[in-house]
Amino acid sequence: MLELALVVLVCGAATYLWRGLGVAISGHLDPDSEAFRWIACVAFAMIAGLVMRMLLIPTGALAETAFFERLSGSAAALGAYFWLTRRNLFAGVLAGAITVWLLKWFAA
Amino acid sequence: MSREAFIAGIREASGIPVAVVAAGYLGFGALAADYGIPVGITVLSTVAIWALPGQLILVEMHTLGAPFVALLLSVVLSSARFLPMTLVLMPLMRHARRRGWRYYLAAQLLSLVGWTMAMARFPSLAREQRLAWFTGFTLVCVAGSAVATTVGHMLAEGLTPLAKTGLVFMAPMYYLLILTGGVRDRVAAAGLACGALAGPLAYLVSPEWSVLGGGLAGGTLAWLVLRAAKHHA
Repeated sequence: MLELALVVLVCGAATYLWRGLGVAISGHLDPDSEAFRWIACVAFAMIAGLVMRMLLIPTGALAETAFFERLSGSAAALGAYFWLTRRNLFAGVLAGAITVWLLKWFAA
Repeated sequence: MSREAFIAGIREASGIPVAVVAAGYLGFGALAADYGIPVGITVLSTVAIWALPGQLILVEMHTLGAPFVALLLSVVLSSARFLPMTLVLMPLMRHARRRGWRYYLAAQLLSLVGWTMAMARFPSLAREQRLAWFTGFTLVCVAGSAVATTVGHMLAEGLTPLAKTGLVFMAPMYYLLILTGGVRDRVAAAGLACGALAGPLAYLVSPEWSVLGGGLAGGTLAWLVLRAAKHHA
């Protein structure tokens, strides 16, 4: 128990290395430089890639949904967010989740 | 610290953002309970590591009895994404009057939700208010996730697969909407488009390396496209 707590803390400190390193280096980085633009591109690409992967090749509990269900959910979320409401995140996310939930519920 | 901005951050996180992270941690709490990890340790991992992929790796490798060095290395590699994220975020928050340690604290609070929301929200926030806003926003996310981890651990048996499905689908929807709706400049647009393409492809090659590898490949492609477009213009 104590040993596992220590493992967790060491992992936390190790994760922090990246975070702290980012703060330390960022002070010496010019936001208008090409290097900074490249890093920004990589950061955005990582997130977009992760989200796309979750929707196309899901793992875990999300893998229980069919592609069609995720596609309908995404369409409902985008529709509710951009057209039905004035960019209301709450409405968009909820519309997506409820759509998937209803499709699953009817299929069950 | 700008009080109003701090409170605005707290208010803006309280709702869908905290629900999205909490939904993920609800699932993590339930998983850790299944593996027989005590609730105290599970919550400690949420607060101390504060990176869901790393926590999942920790729990799974620990259960498998993996050697400590291998476990630590995997957790470290899984969180490499924080380097580009902080590198991009910090210059946007930096303000001459704020002390250095506040930025190091903000870095510990940083997560995917906080980063994406900050990138969308910062253009409409005055520079001196951004750090306070970010601190308020992310503190709510950490606190909500700690509570969700506990609840998930206790509910482990009670969550039906149907309920879980609805919960886990909130996360990709949240990112999809913030990324398509909130981010407007060319660097972000190019990065997002190329990353959306490279991410799934990288996953087919190597699941463990897909976030980093896809990000590097997609981001570099986006950067090259932007450069080429600039030279032609």
